[in-house]
Amino acid sequence: MKRRDFLEGVTGGVVVSASGVLTPRFALSGSISMGPPELPSGALESAVLEALPGKKPLIKRTFRPPNFETPVSYFNELFTPNDVFYVRYHLINIPKVNERDWKLRIGGEAVEKPFEVTMDELKIGFEQVEIAAVNQCSGNRRGLVQPHVPGIQWGYGAMGNARWRGVRLKEVLNKAGIKKDALEAVFNGTDSGAIAGTPDFVKSLPMWKALDENTLIAFEMNGEPLPHLNGYPARLVVPGWTATYWTKQLSSVDVVSKPFDGFWMKTAYRVPKGAFPMKDRFLSQEAEVNTPITEILVNSLITNIENGQRFSLGQWIEVQGIAWDGGHGIERVEVSTDEGKSWRLAELGHDAGRFSWRQWNFRFKPDKKGVHSLMVKATNRIGGTQTFQLIQNPAGYHHNLVQKLTIEVA
Amino acid sequence: MSKRVVLISFLFISGCTVTEEAEFQLKDGPGKDLVSANCAMCHSIDYIQMNSVFLDRQGWEKSVDKMIKVMGAPIKAEDVAPIVAYLTKYYGK
Repeated sequence: MKRRDFLEGVTGGVVVSASGVLTPRFALSGSISMGPPELPSGALESAVLEALPGKKPLIKRTFRPPNFETPVSYFNELFTPNDVFYVRYHLINIPKVNERDWKLRIGGEAVEKPFEVTMDELKIGFEQVEIAAVNQCSGNRRGLVQPHVPGIQWGYGAMGNARWRGVRLKEVLNKAGIKKDALEAVFNGTDSGAIAGTPDFVKSLPMWKALDENTLIAFEMNGEPLPHLNGYPARLVVPGWTATYWTKQLSSVDVVSKPFDGFWMKTAYRVPKGAFPMKDRFLSQEAEVNTPITEILVNSLITNIENGQRFSLGQWIEVQGIAWDGGHGIERVEVSTDEGKSWRLAELGHDAGRFSWRQWNFRFKPDKKGVHSLMVKATNRIGGTQTFQLIQNPAGYHHNLVQKLTIEVA
Repeated sequence: MSKRVVLISFLFISGCTVTEEAEFQLKDGPGKDLVSANCAMCHSIDYIQMNSVFLDRQGWEKSVDKMIKVMGAPIKAEDVAPIVAYLTKYYGK
């Protein structure tokens, strides 16, 4: 079977001829725009700026499933606009579920009264809340890992910060009556693979995290319905934890009394035990050597200056960026302009909540011409900070190395 | 739900990704057709170039093995060696 035939097969025989309505491709020369120079050469070569429907041009890492990264310049805003929010899927079929037809099934052996809820019932029957939270892919910055490891070769942009509106998962589960032996909540969405043998993307959370008051079934993002490619009509929002748990196109929640053993929990999204300073534990999923990834580690990023950018001597340089963590909140951000010998405090911006990223700014005037370095490092409210040496792990997760840029002063 | 969302969905499936994806080409060489036929069934071919150039033969073997054993790729046993050979020669370190 030819590939094109196959594609037509899985897309219902739609003839592929809609290029006339597409946003033109923005072919850019040079590697900076397609990601930092540390990315694998093939990743820089295969990336293009491409607009998915409903989105502005983003950095294409892979077409199918769609994995598209947000250019760093958009992170100069406190909240990442929906039309530039990154896209990450594991499976190629992403059905469009009509909001009016959508139903969420709550079940599993550890609930008393399984039930189904429509979008109207969800919106009317439960208190609506909104929370600002960073959504970051576990593998954000994987492309910077040396030596490189296989996977989506993300630069800095597999993340975004948004205001998520929805209802508390806790209240919905309580309506079903949680039994005493409840151990994990298991989440499935409507996406699926091309062939039956591909493991469905199903994730679980420990009950304590599922019942956290900040964990939501969200239907809005930044005051608008979720974009299709960010989970419409509803997705899970798990503030503080990496985006692998934020199930998109959410269709069912099963509360179970045994550890869920699907591939995406048992094998994927794991980190070596004890390797990272993670505080949140997922005890029922811990194995001898590894454990599921949980909360986002402290991190920071310069957002308004590109590597190699030129400045004039005598000019004040305004450095702007963001800092975030897994929900403790940012205590301070420091910048070094002398290769890390000394650090000075940056000024923190508006606090939109402990799960949001925090903007910061810093200004300095270089006293001589030549190449200067800029480094940034954040510390959270429990004293957690970033690393100067990569913590190796097979899947390249949790990259939070202190960022270093060079600028040229002439 | 708005008409706009239906339209977005239609465009997503029918246009953008598939059309632009088709422009992406693997390097010419023995095994290319086999790789296209077997890999593009489940994912776009750009996954291969993106994951280059840093995998050696063993690395590509491991990737192909994962696709078969974990992701369920129905790759015939006799096709594995030529697929790995192609990936190693054209996208290996």
